[in-house]
Amino acid sequence: MIGRSVRRLEDPRRLRGEGVYVDDVHLSGMLHATVVRSPHAHARLREIDAAAARAAPGVAAVFTAGDLMDALRPIPIRLVPDDRLLRYLQHPLAIDRVRYVGEPVALVVARSRAAAEDAAERVEVGFEPLPAATDAGSPPPAALFDYTPDNVASLIEEGFGDPDAAFARAHRIVRLTFRTGRHTAVPMETRGLVAAPDRGAAHGRGRLTIWGPTKVTHFNRGVLAAMLGWPEHRIRLVEPEVGGGFGARGEFYPEDFLVPCAALRLGRPVKWIEDRVEHLSAINHSREQCYELALALDPDGRFLGLRAEMTNDMGAYLRTHGTVVPGLSAGMLPGPYEMEAYRCRVRCVLTNKTPTGTYRAPGRFECNAARERLIDRAARVTGIDPVELRMRNLIRPERMPFARGTTILGEEVEYDSGDYPHALAEAASLSGFPSRVRGEAGDGEAPDGKAPDGKAPGGKEAGGRPAARYRSGWGLACFVEKTGTGPFEGARACLDRSGALVIATGAADLGQGLETCLAQIAGDALGVDHVGIIVRHGDTDLIPHGVGSFASRGTVMAGNAVHAAVSQLRTRLLERAAARLETEVSDLVIEADGVVRGAGGGSCTLADLAAEPGLETVHYFRCERMAYSHGVAVARVRVDTATGLVVPERIWLLYDVGRVVNPGLVAGQIEGGIAQGLGGALLEELRYDDAGQFLSGSFMDYLLPGTTDVPSIVHRDLGGSPSPRNPLGVKGAGEVGIAGIGGAIANAVADALGDAEGDSDRLPLTSERVWARARAMEAAGSPGSPRAPGAPAAGAGAAAPA
Amino acid sequence: MKPAPFAYRDPDTVDEVLALLAEHGDDAKLLAGGQSLGPMLNMRVVSPAVVVDLNRVKALAGRGGSASGGFVIGALVRQADLEDDPAFAAAQPLAAAALPFIAHRPIRNRGTVAGSLVHADPAAEWGGVVLALDARIEVRQAGGASPRTVAAEDFFTGILETAVEPDELLAEIRLPPWPEDARWGFREFARRRGDFALAGVACRFEVDGAGGGRSVRIGLFGVGDTAVRARRAEAVLEGETPGPEVFAAAAAAVQDEVEPLDDGHASAGYRRHLAGVLVEDALADAWARNGGDEGEAA
Ligand SMILES: Cc1cc2nc3c(=O)[nH]c(=O)nc-3n(C[C@H](O)[C@H](O)[C@H](O)COP(=O)(O)OP(=O)(O)OC[C@H]3O[C@@H](n4cnc5c(N)ncnc54)[C@H](O)[C@@H]3O)c2cc1C
Repeated sequence: MIGRSVRRLEDPRRLRGEGVYVDDVHLSGMLHATVVRSPHAHARLREIDAAAARAAPGVAAVFTAGDLMDALRPIPIRLVPDDRLLRYLQHPLAIDRVRYVGEPVALVVARSRAAAEDAAERVEVGFEPLPAATDAGSPPPAALFDYTPDNVASLIEEGFGDPDAAFARAHRIVRLTFRTGRHTAVPMETRGLVAAPDRGAAHGRGRLTIWGPTKVTHFNRGVLAAMLGWPEHRIRLVEPEVGGGFGARGEFYPEDFLVPCAALRLGRPVKWIEDRVEHLSAINHSREQCYELALALDPDGRFLGLRAEMTNDMGAYLRTHGTVVPGLSAGMLPGPYEMEAYRCRVRCVLTNKTPTGTYRAPGRFECNAARERLIDRAARVTGIDPVELRMRNLIRPERMPFARGTTILGEEVEYDSGDYPHALAEAASLSGFPSRVRGEAGDGEAPDGKAPDGKAPGGKEAGGRPAARYRSGWGLACFVEKTGTGPFEGARACLDRSGALVIATGAADLGQGLETCLAQIAGDALGVDHVGIIVRHGDTDLIPHGVGSFASRGTVMAGNAVHAAVSQLRTRLLERAAARLETEVSDLVIEADGVVRGAGGGSCTLADLAAEPGLETVHYFRCERMAYSHGVAVARVRVDTATGLVVPERIWLLYDVGRVVNPGLVAGQIEGGIAQGLGGALLEELRYDDAGQFLSGSFMDYLLPGTTDVPSIVHRDLGGSPSPRNPLGVKGAGEVGIAGIGGAIANAVADALGDAEGDSDRLPLTSERVWARARAMEAAGSPGSPRAPGAPAAGAGAAAPA
Repeated sequence: MKPAPFAYRDPDTVDEVLALLAEHGDDAKLLAGGQSLGPMLNMRVVSPAVVVDLNRVKALAGRGGSASGGFVIGALVRQADLEDDPAFAAAQPLAAAALPFIAHRPIRNRGTVAGSLVHADPAAEWGGVVLALDARIEVRQAGGASPRTVAAEDFFTGILETAVEPDELLAEIRLPPWPEDARWGFREFARRRGDFALAGVACRFEVDGAGGGRSVRIGLFGVGDTAVRARRAEAVLEGETPGPEVFAAAAAAVQDEVEPLDDGHASAGYRRHLAGVLVEDALADAWARNGGDEGEAA
């Protein structure tokens, strides 16, 4: 059962249109809400006049901060809470100041969404605009919070060893400035909520039921209960079908309080479905980081030390992730390489932009890209082939478990297993990665200087010699992924009266195939076919404790909980069967169809055994240390230097995610992750102007990759290193696809166009940026011209300590 | 993203449409394929009091060859109707080549050529195409006034603005006969397939007896307030022997004459550069399409 690419159990109902998503929830008497949002990046909030809106046709209520003042509490940090960060939290409605375009200032509830939107236009809000801080890297023109004039919410320091000593000994120091753009996850389905109070709920009787939360329903129930001052058992959160999460969807947002609160005050069900325009400025943004890196190398190209100064643009408030994303970057930047010393300092800077949080491979998409660009630059400067340079520095398998010396999510990083050099060797040979020893031929030039279709010969002359218009480039990135974050996840297992195995868990299905995966694990543990197994999840009434689905933890945490709960159930059930068939447990087998047979020929069905109550088990799996997957991403691109267009021609991804439950599901994660990674590397960018106006409010402005933007993908499971940290030996696979793509693409473009210390790198590599870079390279000399091995480029601070 | 309230009318005849326009003027909006109007309504960029749906007016759905050998496109003809029509491809190769670049198939299934022209997005392909083809556009008004015909080059008056007044209907687009041996090129640059182009060009020319370029038309889109003809670049090729040097000179002329906008999608300088690259490529395509120099002999 485990290890087979069985079809997903959840697909038929979804493909037939029978899945119930939050917008499919229709209740009698239901009202519809819309959020009035700030059009200003930064402004004092004066009076709000909602009289005209309240008088508009079909309006049930308008709630402003003034109306809810007694109930407004800041939204707490979910991951790694820190008291010092409390003063930067967001309230569900802005109280006296708005700090980003899209910040909620009022909620309008009416008989239809259209009526609510009509009325929302009549809410008069007095704004007194203030200067906006939009660039985390420069001195701020305005403070978001008066008590923090520099807008620095937090400083993170991370590291090990003695970097001063390492840099003092350096034979060569290579530097890089690298930026990643502001992205967001953009799940296919936007957020949405339906909150329905029982009769009397407003008066302290009955319960409140909410459809639409996902990812971390138990945590969100606790937050809402605390905000309302209710005991948790009076609140039920139900996760319907979900059209993708990717880290952003399902956190506790302002609307997660406003909609239930409105329902309670009105005593009627209230629905709110986020539309795409509000989505892009309301859901967590992510990724906007700037790295200043320095790598110290010895004469053989061994890494002595790595120094990093990083700025993370946090947006206007700290949301449920606090400073987890920059913390993950700081803790994971050293990646899969040995080094004596590492020091990273991160400034977490508040700006007048949408607050940030996690997005698939949070902090690692960014830091992997920065580190791998740095290594390619080091290869160029030292004249060592980039694969060889990495080989010399990768952590060898005999060093496992490997104490990284950094901390993430409050836990010391210790890689559990994996053969990193093997993965790189396989990646280089499978992709045919060309040697890039400088001075050799084949330096980033397409053989005939033409597009593969043979069309459009550019024939531009540069400096009197023909330069190829179309240039090809190769890039790769090695990475380690943290997965299976604790602290626990639970599963209940029972046989219902028909003999069917029913599983309940607090983990969530965001479309990744959790039901199928857990059914496979359960079937394997019990010894029956997975198809008849029922997996229930996403309802806080199912199980008292749950953590949820994020951080590539579903298979590791819920999977092991299911495995243990069902194994215990099997023991009990076999004891019962042994008594019934008057034989020994060791003589019994459970067949795939659920018939238990004894050696003596007697048999009974699971339904027979389940006729009497008591076949129920619960197990909470706890894990003190995470499991670490790893992999290598390789990209081959073609760059049109005349237009700057970068076409990824092929992506290879080799990965080791421990024991694989369902290769098909893993493939889905890998391919989807690669597509999202290409979006972040080449297309997607949430932009603001200098005044903090949001410029990316539609899909005409925020470009997602479509099918035609995703090239052929070759991926391979290297297997080989089950995790020793859980009984199933599994590791997470959800973020492995995306983690190395930014670095592979950035390296491929630098390979195609040439690279020199001093110029700055950034993602996404939009056509205009690439064109500008191609022009600069052309102006500086022939693009991508081979450089003598070891000769530092102009401006390289060779051997100067940082 | 719900539209503000509006009244909905769906007349059957052109006269009824014109009467409604006369009655409501500025307060009315015509609905053709809805691929631009729909989003604008939903985002409340426009909030007309009345939406007049053209889709029941059968008289506007005609298309086909005209007596003079040209091609007539009625106001309700969808982009996809033309895309799937082999007669259109045979009669109007340049326009046919542009069609697949317009948005995506589901949008072309509903979106009309007339709607695209009246919407007048500066980056719409049809802007460059009608300029390169010297198309004529028939506009009608209530009150029995006879239809007026607007030349493509007089049609676009500003960003999202055209010669069609609020109380007027664009009735049909007339493409002149395609000269037998005309050469054509179509190029655009978009970061993703199907997006509005950052810059684009539709061009055509003929070759006179002496081997020089003749009737050169270069229609640009995406590089200014409106689609424009690159007149200086046209003049470079007019009477000159086509070839790489001339095309490069035409590209330089284009980069000189366009006045692109700086916006969130691209800087003016980048668009200017792209215009040159695309014109050079499109002219080279046009030249190569009939076999270049040898084409004359064939
Ligand atoms: C995702 C997306 C991508 C797109 N990409 C492109 C692209 O790459 N290139 C491109 O060119 N277009 C693109 N479009 C726009 C699309 O091609 C246009 O929507 C379409 O061409 C307009 O035609 P329509 O019939 O839908 O017009 P409608 O949306 O119905 O109307 C548009 C405007 O024209 C007016 N109008 C319509 N017909 C008449 C008439 N007969 N007389 C007077 N006024 C009239 C309407 O009142 C309205 O103001 C895209 C659209 C979408 C949604």
